[in-house]
Amino acid sequence: MSTVLAVFLKEFRENLRDRRTLFTALVFGPLFGPLLFALMLQLTFKRNDTQSDRPLALTVAHAERAPDLVGWLESYGVSIERRDFDAAAAQQAVSGGGQHAVLFIPEDFGERFSAAEPAPVLLITDAADAYNDRDLGRIRQLLSQWNLTLARLRLVLRGVDPLLLAPVVVQDIDVSTPATRSVLALGTLSYLMLLTMLMGGLYVAIDATAGERERGSLEPLLTTPAPREQLIYGKILTACAYMLISLAITVSAFSLVLRLTPLERFGMSAHLAPEAALRMVLCCAPLTLLGASLMTIVAAFTRSYREAQTWLGLVLLVPTLPLIYAGITAVRPKLALMLVPSLSQHFLIMSVLRAEPLPASFALVSILGTLLLGVALTWVAGRLYRREALLG
Amino acid sequence: MIEADLLRKQFGAVVAVSEVSLRAGDGRITGLLGPNGAGKSTTLRMLYTVLRPDSGDARIDGVSVVEQPVEARRRLGVLPHGAGIYPHLTARENILYYGALHGLARGEREARADRLIEALDLGALGGRRAKGFSQGERVKTALARALIHRPQNLILDEPTSGLDVMAVRNLRALLLTLKAEGHCVLLSSHVMQEIGALCDEVVVIGHGTVVGCGTPEGLREATGAADLEGAFLRLLERP
Repeated sequence: MSTVLAVFLKEFRENLRDRRTLFTALVFGPLFGPLLFALMLQLTFKRNDTQSDRPLALTVAHAERAPDLVGWLESYGVSIERRDFDAAAAQQAVSGGGQHAVLFIPEDFGERFSAAEPAPVLLITDAADAYNDRDLGRIRQLLSQWNLTLARLRLVLRGVDPLLLAPVVVQDIDVSTPATRSVLALGTLSYLMLLTMLMGGLYVAIDATAGERERGSLEPLLTTPAPREQLIYGKILTACAYMLISLAITVSAFSLVLRLTPLERFGMSAHLAPEAALRMVLCCAPLTLLGASLMTIVAAFTRSYREAQTWLGLVLLVPTLPLIYAGITAVRPKLALMLVPSLSQHFLIMSVLRAEPLPASFALVSILGTLLLGVALTWVAGRLYRREALLG
Repeated sequence: MIEADLLRKQFGAVVAVSEVSLRAGDGRITGLLGPNGAGKSTTLRMLYTVLRPDSGDARIDGVSVVEQPVEARRRLGVLPHGAGIYPHLTARENILYYGALHGLARGEREARADRLIEALDLGALGGRRAKGFSQGERVKTALARALIHRPQNLILDEPTSGLDVMAVRNLRALLLTLKAEGHCVLLSSHVMQEIGALCDEVVVIGHGTVVGCGTPEGLREATGAADLEGAFLRLLERP
């Protein structure tokens, strides 16, 4: 035990003096994640605000061919820009980026319209232009409204009840609360949090293994009577400590960001009061042992610092896989799923954020399952460190 | 006292050491001499227990490195090739860390570290981080670290490589002091003068086996060479 402690104290101190470790573990990761998150939210808010307030603008080619339609659009506050594009020029204008969308009225529009035949209009857009989505939706809605209104009028003229056109009436009832609505936006939060936490121990794990070998300090270390598995336990423990510190800073930073971001204005709420933040740290803490032992094992078998960096970059992706899967399939927490590391932490983080507590058994299974796996991997690391091949 | 019997080590198809037996007594400095790639380092690594011999055994003060490696390590101080100290720790912290790993109590390791820092003239470096140390300063720190637990036996792998003349002289003086105190010192080198000036006993290794051993004078006489270098070359040329 005294060996584990001696190694831990030495590694902790040494890494504290290493600018790269310190920067990744305590500055870059914990601040970058929350800042990125805040920026993302701010941009979303800003876009929503400006877009709903802004008057709708639409370029219409040959507006004179459909004065009724254009009049209808204008009566709904759409400001119309009239152009004399032909069909090719209109497409060119949109694909060239000069226009976001052009409504093109073909030459035969008036004739067919008068004859009560389906009269085509061309709405030329660029689906790759993300800026468009919201405006286009409103324009399409206005167009189909006009369409429906005209259809009804024509039916009335022919003595048919226009209600025939509405066999089913769909009404949307949204049961989401502000807290649940925020989850979508906050989905990235657990991802950033877990990633930052693991990154906090990345350089410690590399330095303690591949770094030690590269500096030539591993060989003398192995000539001491200290049990080899205890050497590696001490190193894993150091990586855990750095991950925990990193996590604590990250959660604090997120707590601050969420307080400063006007989530309520967006109809969302997220709870990250000091007590909730503490619960979040406790939920994630068991994952540090698993992450640290996994990284240490991988780094111990690389031949150089550089190689270790490459491999650990990949290892860092492993815990994100269950999160991506969860994001795509929208799985709900189940007791059996709480055995999956990183996914179970994601569920626990979400439950804290949504202020929707999961049963205590869920948290227990997550904590015990992840810890057990971490202990097993740590034991494996200890066994591996006794091998001669370690010296490379 | 370090004794090796028929040590053998193979890496894949390459036989690094095919058969090495040697004896390094207390109160003596024994030199392991051989060209690059002869198997000096592999032999030493088996003696200081980081490599396990494929066959054969070695005893440190009678303790087998194969059967009781941990006990053997307690009796050994090791200065491996390149020193390998921690750049972010001060010289004193480097030394103290090994004291802790050897299980010395805090008070004891601190007192011992202070004495070594004084004895090795590390005073000014004690509180400085090792990052900017010269090779000589690094070797001195690593040597103090190797001696923290008062080992009876000291193994040094190419201790003088990269050192300037002054540093080599200081190291030599230190090794002679250890010898006078009755320690067993085993060092490897490919530098003739060093071995000739310092060692009581020379073991010449070539192609993974011992090709000759004895005092420097003894080797010269046995081969009929004018100096140690000539003796060395003749020993290596023998079939």
